[in-house]
Amino acid sequence: MQVNVTVNGVEHAADIEPRLLLVHFIRDELQMRGTHWGCDTSNCGACTVWVDDEPVKSCTMLAVQAHGKSIATVEGLAKGGVLDPVQQGFMECHGLQCGYCTPGMMMCARALLDRNPHPSEEEIREGISGNICRCTGYKNIVAAIQWAAENPAATVSEVTA
Amino acid sequence: MQTPAPVDYAKATSVADALAKLAEHGEEARVVAGGHSLLPMMKLRLARPDALIDINDIPELAGVRIEGDEIVVGAMTRHRDVLDSAVLAEHYPIFREAERVIADPLVRNRGTIGGSMCQADPASDLSAVGSALKGTAVVVGPGGSRTVALRGFHQGPYETVVGPGEILTELRYPIRPGAGSAYEKVERRAGDWGVATSGVYVVVSGGVVTDCGIGLAAVGADHYCSPEGEAALIGKEPTEENLAAAAAATAASCSPNADQRGPADYKSHLAHELTLRALRRAARASQGA
Ligand SMILES: Cc1cc2nc3c(=O)[nH]c(=O)nc-3n(C[C@H](O)[C@H](O)[C@H](O)COP(=O)(O)OP(=O)(O)OC[C@H]3O[C@@H](n4cnc5c(N)ncnc54)[C@H](O)[C@@H]3O)c2cc1C
Ligand code: FES
Ligand code: FES
Repeated sequence: MQVNVTVNGVEHAADIEPRLLLVHFIRDELQMRGTHWGCDTSNCGACTVWVDDEPVKSCTMLAVQAHGKSIATVEGLAKGGVLDPVQQGFMECHGLQCGYCTPGMMMCARALLDRNPHPSEEEIREGISGNICRCTGYKNIVAAIQWAAENPAATVSEVTA
Repeated sequence: MQTPAPVDYAKATSVADALAKLAEHGEEARVVAGGHSLLPMMKLRLARPDALIDINDIPELAGVRIEGDEIVVGAMTRHRDVLDSAVLAEHYPIFREAERVIADPLVRNRGTIGGSMCQADPASDLSAVGSALKGTAVVVGPGGSRTVALRGFHQGPYETVVGPGEILTELRYPIRPGAGSAYEKVERRAGDWGVATSGVYVVVSGGVVTDCGIGLAAVGADHYCSPEGEAALIGKEPTEENLAAAAAATAASCSPNADQRGPADYKSHLAHELTLRALRRAARASQGA
């Protein structure tokens, strides 16, 4: 089945099986491995991407359902070679350890701050409650998002491999 | 890696188009709404439809509006829009209180009220809310449309009156001036299904309870409600003693099963305690306090 999607502003077309999950389409067809794939049971949020500006769990959506829609992944967070403040916040505050949950956490955090630029700690915790972290205990993730809220312009350049 | 079995897929553009596509694909075709119950079940082969008819892009199926003395909620209205609805918050805070504790913000961005009703999970929060409020469902099929009381909508766990080839299009809830409402849930961790839940509305007029509805999920309440608890309260003053008696009658009418979320006696205890807490708050709200 033919799908046309825009990912981080770039148009892609592919012929895929309807059963292909969006997370596998992004990782395997488009070879964009920033989006992680974790629990497979709609619980962990590692696979979070935006579909038409709403963060969703991409393991729980078919790629064909994204036809004609616009997708944003963690690879698109940095703009013009400068990190998103959320990314810099995770650096400044030691917001990750193994990094497995991080792309999903950052996509959720960015969406949260776009809707609510000055969230309380409770609102942050609620905002990332669909994202599970097995390493950090969340404290530094919350701090990283608070850092981003307080520093709406990041200054660190993106390093690309 | 979990992946659904091969399946056909078609996107419907209107209710009529969805009905035509369901008919075309036959008995083993299923509607996909938010997909947050259906896709996980397909990955586990607990569901194996031949075809998915996608109703996500049917604008007429989404949204909350008032029609006469009813609030109408389209089946494709997502949890997040139920949570954010000013109309629902004004008339029935029970919706916002329930939605705040349904799953997590990501699931709420996709999951829908219609999917919650049709999935008919015994722990479905919105099924408890719908039964508490004595709402109705509009079901459309090849033979036309019918309206079904939500207290008769579910035929058992994971079973509803919606037949193959039919679609739930909207939920309707009567507006009750002066009603207070509240929802209570105990969950093991943030975002989980309830161990037990109770949601109620209460109308207090002239110092007595003139009307009330009690809905429960995850505690084996028939049709997610307790007419026994309601009967124990109607016509009585909303005193602590009377509310507690109604909560006790409610708990007695439930038959919870022990499972990984807890033993049956604990769930019975919760059915009592959560109903009492919800009744207290709803009665107070109805009296303007
Ligand atoms: C991690 C997680 C946690 C959750 N926690 C909770 C919770 O705490 N409380 C709770 O109540 N729910 C919870 N849910 C379930 C969530 O609310 C689901 O979104 C909901 O049960 C199903 O809605 P859906 O739109 O995703 O339906 P889908 O998965 O698309 O569909 C479910 C079923 O209903 C049918 N269907 C859907 N819409 C229609 C329609 N309009 N007409 C006819 N048939 C239809 C489908 O064919 C399918 O059989 C959770 C889900 C997840 C993944
Ligand atoms: S991989 Fe999607 S929620 Fe865990
Ligand atoms: S940093 Fe390892 S899971 Fe979050």
